[in-house]
Amino acid sequence: MNAHALLTRLRGQLPLLVTAVLLVSMFSVGSVQYDGFFSGQVVLNLLIDNAFLLVVAVGMTFVVLTGGIDLSVGAVVALSTMVSAWLVEQHGWPPLLVIPLVLLMGTAGGWLMGWIIHVFEIQPFIVTLAGMFLARGLCYTISVESISITDPQYTATAQTRIPLGDLFVSPSALIALLVVAAGFVVLHYTRFGRNVYALGGSEQSALLMGLPVQRTKTTVYAISGFCSALGGVLLTFYMLSGYGLHAVGLELDAIAAVVIGGTLLTGGSGYLLGTLLGVLVLGLIQTVISFQGTLSSWWTRIVIGALLFVFIVLQRLITARRR
Amino acid sequence: MSTATAASPVKAVTRSRLFWPAVVLAVLLVANLAFTPDFLAVRLQGGHLYGSLIDILHFGAPLILVSLGMTLVIATGGIDLSVGSTVAISGALACLHISESTDPGGLATVLTAVGIALGTALVLGAVNGLLVAKAGVQPIIATLILMVAGRGVAQLITDGQIITVTSDPYKLIGGGYWLTMPFAILLSALVVVATVLLTRSTALGLLLESVGGNPVASRLVGIRAMRLVALVYVFSALCAALAGLMVSSNVSAADGNNAGLWIELDAILAVVLGGTSLNGGRFSIGGTVLGALIIQTLSTTVYTIGIPPETTLVFKAFVVITVCLIQSPVFRAKLAARGARTRRTARPHAAAPTNREVGA
Repeated sequence: MNAHALLTRLRGQLPLLVTAVLLVSMFSVGSVQYDGFFSGQVVLNLLIDNAFLLVVAVGMTFVVLTGGIDLSVGAVVALSTMVSAWLVEQHGWPPLLVIPLVLLMGTAGGWLMGWIIHVFEIQPFIVTLAGMFLARGLCYTISVESISITDPQYTATAQTRIPLGDLFVSPSALIALLVVAAGFVVLHYTRFGRNVYALGGSEQSALLMGLPVQRTKTTVYAISGFCSALGGVLLTFYMLSGYGLHAVGLELDAIAAVVIGGTLLTGGSGYLLGTLLGVLVLGLIQTVISFQGTLSSWWTRIVIGALLFVFIVLQRLITARRR
Repeated sequence: MSTATAASPVKAVTRSRLFWPAVVLAVLLVANLAFTPDFLAVRLQGGHLYGSLIDILHFGAPLILVSLGMTLVIATGGIDLSVGSTVAISGALACLHISESTDPGGLATVLTAVGIALGTALVLGAVNGLLVAKAGVQPIIATLILMVAGRGVAQLITDGQIITVTSDPYKLIGGGYWLTMPFAILLSALVVVATVLLTRSTALGLLLESVGGNPVASRLVGIRAMRLVALVYVFSALCAALAGLMVSSNVSAADGNNAGLWIELDAILAVVLGGTSLNGGRFSIGGTVLGALIIQTLSTTVYTIGIPPETTLVFKAFVVITVCLIQSPVFRAKLAARGARTRRTARPHAAAPTNREVGA
């Protein structure tokens, strides 16, 4: 009886386990194959280079858990870099004013999309698609060219290295980890988090149970908008420029990370830490390909596609057996 | 009563699903006259037709084809995000074959290249179809896989380069003329007419609409929904491959990175503009063609007026959201309720939204 219960529990976490095993084996193979791969700095670089993706993927996890999808994240990231660069460089606004403003803008945009999705019962996919068009278009109305940032506060933050023994991390990586921790607590230890899972499980039932469906749904998209804007701020530090073509296709990477992290795309089941693993797997693919040296960058896309395929089929098998 | 009967022919026209898309297209074309007075002129020069209208049809031909496939997919309640990648892959395969052959100008080489491209699209479409119909994966996710991987595959085929070809028979597909018209227009018109005949003169269209309207009910009345759904994804991939051949043939080159970029979004936009509901269950091929032409006219207008072309995205965003709001039953009910309130007429229950969800 107990063994059976344990087995069912394990089956639910199978995608997560597969991802963890994949991560460890990829790292081991890399360490055996390439010189200098087995080092703490390679792991920390994963976090440094993918900090913005991690933040965006955390927001995406919330949305996917409710059974929705947010295609606007990449465009909102680009718009955030653009607005930051525009206000700081061409209008001389202080960064401490610009950053909260950008975060507020992202949150408000996400909230508005969530409101339209819920109130008018339009598919999340098409509403966030319109959001994506709008955000990318707004980037180009600011400027078609890239705006580089020379503000001393920005460059100082971009170059800061926080020492960790012999190793170092960037402030962005720490912020990303903080976001993951905050997301973990909210999702797994608060009433709002349980509402998110309930909504993803069955919206009808959540409504009948008297859960605040509208508030939960709009908040989830607002969180995703906030995370995208924060991702944009981190990307501004990383790139030190604002450009309408930044983060093209980031929405696909974020969705891939969430899926590989074991969150069901139909909603209602998944873990935030899985998303962290998913982002690390995506980062590790790029690291391996750059260490290999002979493989071209487009192999990244193909491998991510293949992984997506495997995990989606795995998800179908699990949910089919559970029924 | 007599006024109602007198107004009915007008009403029949305005009620037609093609009315509003046609009006938008007409307004766009007329608006162009203000900037370029000879916009609507078509002239014959050296046995070829020239003019802005011909250009719109010519450059809109690939979009019309992709939107056509997308229409049938959306009619079944699905969506196909992978068409852009399929456009890139088919162009890359065809150009690779022609550039590597010993006789790039030969008809046999070009036909083989077209065959390879269409055959690959058949396989890609079948994979999408099986994932959606057999494995039961949500369409947006199933086709997302190919959307992500496809561009990588296209770049793998072209080795990250832009392959250029010099082949007269291949150039005909997207850039050549036949019977004074650009061949691409004739080709896409042929495909559109064939699809209209196939769906509206046989029961196929009705079956597709019933699968999209209510999959459970159509299975219960004995429609082989699975096979139909798989079929529309194959059809969509074939249309996309044909569009890919046109795009690469027009510029005599295959660009794995940029060919067909964002065309899936434009195609979805064209379908929505044409009055096909994203919820599935009904479709209008005529509307889709008008929708694709609206988008192409919009792009042409933006270029001729001199607005940065990238800002068209802002227009598109507002168009998408407006059209979706108009299609949303809840929005219409709210609007009707507000209208009723201001007119002080007592209509308390204005068309409550019905939940069409049926189990499973």
